[in-house]
Amino acid sequence: MGTLLVVLVLALFLAAILTGGYNKDFLERVRHSKVWDWLTTVDHKKIGIMYFMSGFFFLLIGGLEAVFMRLQLIVPNNDLFTGDTFNKLLTMHGTTMIFLAAMPMIFGIINVVMPLQIGARDVAFPFLNSLGFWAFFFGGLLLNLSWIFGGAPNAGWTSYPSLALMGFNPGPGIDYYVLGLQISGIGSLMSGINFLATIINMRTPGMTFLRMPMFTWTSFVTSALLLFAMPPLTVGLLLLMFDRVFGSAFFDPALGGSPVIWQHLFWIFGHPEVYIVILPAFGIMSEVISTFSKKRLFGYTSMVFATVVIGFLGFMVWVHHMFTVGLGPMSNSIFAVATMAIGVPTGIKVFNWLFTMWGGELHFKTPMLWAVGFIPTFVMGGVTGVMLAVPPADFQYHDSYFVVAHFHYVLVGGTVFALFAGAYYWWPKMFGKLLDDRLGKWHFWLFFIGYHLTFFPQHFLGLFGMPRRVFTYQAGYGLESLNMLSSIGAVGMVLGTIIFTINVIKTARSKELAPADPWDGRTLEWSVPSPVPEYNFAQLPLVRGYDAFWIEKQAGNKGMAPAEPLGPIHMPSPSYIPVIMSLGLFIAGYGFVAHAIPVAVIGIAVVFISMFVRSFQQDFGYHIEPEEIVGSAKAKEVKA
Amino acid sequence: MVSRQHLSRVLSVFALVAFLLAGCGDPRLNALQPKGTAGEQQLDLIMLSIYIMLFVFAVVMAIFIYVIVRFRKRKGVSRTPKQVHGSTLAEIVWTAIPIILLAILAVPTVKTTFNLGSAQPKSADALKIKVTGYQYWWEFEYLNANGKRFKTAQELHIPVGKKVYLEIYGKDVLHSFWVPALGGKMDVIPGKVNTMWLDAKKPGEYQGKCAELCGAGHALMDFKVYAHEQADFDKWVAQMTTPHKPTTVAEKEGEKIFKQNCLSCHATADPKIKGPDLSKFGTRHTIAGFLPKNEKNLEKWLKDPESVKPGARMPKINYLNDQEMKSLMEYLMNSK
Repeated sequence: MGTLLVVLVLALFLAAILTGGYNKDFLERVRHSKVWDWLTTVDHKKIGIMYFMSGFFFLLIGGLEAVFMRLQLIVPNNDLFTGDTFNKLLTMHGTTMIFLAAMPMIFGIINVVMPLQIGARDVAFPFLNSLGFWAFFFGGLLLNLSWIFGGAPNAGWTSYPSLALMGFNPGPGIDYYVLGLQISGIGSLMSGINFLATIINMRTPGMTFLRMPMFTWTSFVTSALLLFAMPPLTVGLLLLMFDRVFGSAFFDPALGGSPVIWQHLFWIFGHPEVYIVILPAFGIMSEVISTFSKKRLFGYTSMVFATVVIGFLGFMVWVHHMFTVGLGPMSNSIFAVATMAIGVPTGIKVFNWLFTMWGGELHFKTPMLWAVGFIPTFVMGGVTGVMLAVPPADFQYHDSYFVVAHFHYVLVGGTVFALFAGAYYWWPKMFGKLLDDRLGKWHFWLFFIGYHLTFFPQHFLGLFGMPRRVFTYQAGYGLESLNMLSSIGAVGMVLGTIIFTINVIKTARSKELAPADPWDGRTLEWSVPSPVPEYNFAQLPLVRGYDAFWIEKQAGNKGMAPAEPLGPIHMPSPSYIPVIMSLGLFIAGYGFVAHAIPVAVIGIAVVFISMFVRSFQQDFGYHIEPEEIVGSAKAKEVKA
Repeated sequence: MVSRQHLSRVLSVFALVAFLLAGCGDPRLNALQPKGTAGEQQLDLIMLSIYIMLFVFAVVMAIFIYVIVRFRKRKGVSRTPKQVHGSTLAEIVWTAIPIILLAILAVPTVKTTFNLGSAQPKSADALKIKVTGYQYWWEFEYLNANGKRFKTAQELHIPVGKKVYLEIYGKDVLHSFWVPALGGKMDVIPGKVNTMWLDAKKPGEYQGKCAELCGAGHALMDFKVYAHEQADFDKWVAQMTTPHKPTTVAEKEGEKIFKQNCLSCHATADPKIKGPDLSKFGTRHTIAGFLPKNEKNLEKWLKDPESVKPGARMPKINYLNDQEMKSLMEYLMNSK
């Protein structure tokens, strides 16, 4: 409690110093500061940027953890990070990359791009959007504070009991995992609901479902997956928390519980989670490939259909993570065939991408390079996925480096490649500037080559008998040279990422503004200025078909036809409540981690008081008048 | 003629891949050079799926390379490509062909799954072994080896050419029992009994691994499988079931020290903290499951187990004087 007060006072002092001292104008100055603006914003673009940048920050942390692991494994019987330390690294690497890097970066891009693509002025619930971001942020912060206060979790990103139970893991690490994920999970669920409501309700006139850009479609299916996949995780985490904090025995076999129940709950969430992070990647690739081939997406309707089928089947296959649990040949066979079936719609997508490029005019700008690198890489991850679906073969692959290779081919070769493609592609819409193309190409080639050098040998390491999650291996069993190769490959990925970071900094410093439509784009986001004004569209656009903006350009029109007269635009007001509410969740989470229930109660009280305040707040938002819109548009033209 | 040429080219690619796959790795640990029936069946499926998938990958790559070479933007030429919507026929083709390929894979998959899944012995005198995983070591209890019942640890001995039926128990956290060169793995789950069968077609030493993250010492939770000809196996069983009698003075002294200091964990019964049965320690080939067996390693292990295997639950035996330590080690090394 004392610590809390000290921190609060310190924060106030810092704010006072940064804004130039405390006097009666203090609050005014705080309210007009940039920091306050970002803390309280409900603008989907700013929230998207915060999602993307904090996701990227966590990507760097998770990457550093991976580098440490590859350093340890570079030679047999190395003693750099052994035993428990290595287990902490592998746990935090996996958890960070999935929950704090991949998902937030995807949410970031969806947040910025999806409303623009459907011609909306914001998401359906801007307040909820901000709350979702801050819940994720504080959850991630809580999880990573474990490194400093009490020790990081060490039972793997899957955190299987009994290893994750109090009896075998008395430190606070697993509590950090449980509470950190629970809090950031609240954010993910909110985002899912929000995106669904936005896509269903806020499409501009003419934007029917079958005219929606592919990225919006994949965001839509991903959001539906979030809606159904997050609750099992929430339940699982809650049961694990009760086992650890309050002494229940859901997963403790000594008291009649079952550790297998956790595996079911985790993978009923965990498998759809894979599609949550890969479907938007498919969407990004579809947009990039279509734009840089100067061609309409081949087989659009079957692409949509394939996306929906993948999303649906994603819920039917979780047992393929549990083939060796001993559930019997019947359930193994059923889930094997269901898993193989996913290969079919995924194949449809790959062939449609290839035939989108067929006959097109391929411009190899950086986003397109990532997309072109993605196709063979992802196909390799996909075919090993089908191989893993064969239960008897999986008895060999399971929990070996083969699996490590497979899911890195899908998650890095799929999701991370797509995130980089999306970053280069939509950077102008996010920041109003173009990332440097030459540095981008360096980034791509170094990362691409390093990536394959790192992960391709790991298939063989697995088949040669190396289990995953081991901090060392013995000399003389044929594992040395491939491990060495794999560690060397990591250098390429590190260099690539450093170049990307330099590119980001260089672009932020440059004064050169991007045009509204730098790539000859096809969808609505390219019809508005870069960076996008806070109201997105001065007048909502009228959509006449798929690739709406391209159609207008081909018809020789200057821009989109308006679907409404110029009028005052209603905007939601910024709010500090999401930050306070998430801070409450953070305090409550920390209370449970420290097994200090009074602190947890205070945190929960903060959450409920914030809810109460919000519920009784008379907030009607504000309007931007037409004169202001026209004025700013003219100012832009004069500048240009 | 062309097709035959093409076929031979494809086959040579496959042969190259097979060579690459089998060429590296160590035969004691390599899932690609199986020495048991289960492993062979699994490898058959692995190879079948690799071939089908290589075919798919080759088709995709052929189209891919053609497309990015043929349709890249050329300098000085600018054109607006025809905006094609798609092709129903093409969609049907690349839906139907993968379905057929997957069906080809699915049939043997289901067959082998059921074959490997039935791990109940048909005859009563089949060799049954109870495997128990502990942090971080393995216990093997022979239930009816030549009519005898006994326990050992870290080293599983089996007769060549006979199916061995394993009942897999867990006592603390999850583990996974894996012998890559003989065939696949099965999870160790407290509160659940799993079964699997194994056999070895050739005598030899095979390396076993724990494949499920089980704590700090997970990476070192190794064990060995030794496959013997039936006669050698019978000899081994006889040796294991004949109690060891210390002969020298030092050994007798060592036995006394062992009984005073070690027996509370290393007993045949199930105490609270359980260590491996050491009554036949002299027959083992390793210390702690992975270090070569010699006095130096044994002393290192006894004096500080944690430094050898992180998370090991054995306390440090660093309070004995040199003479006592020597006697204890002599007793252990000779208890055959």
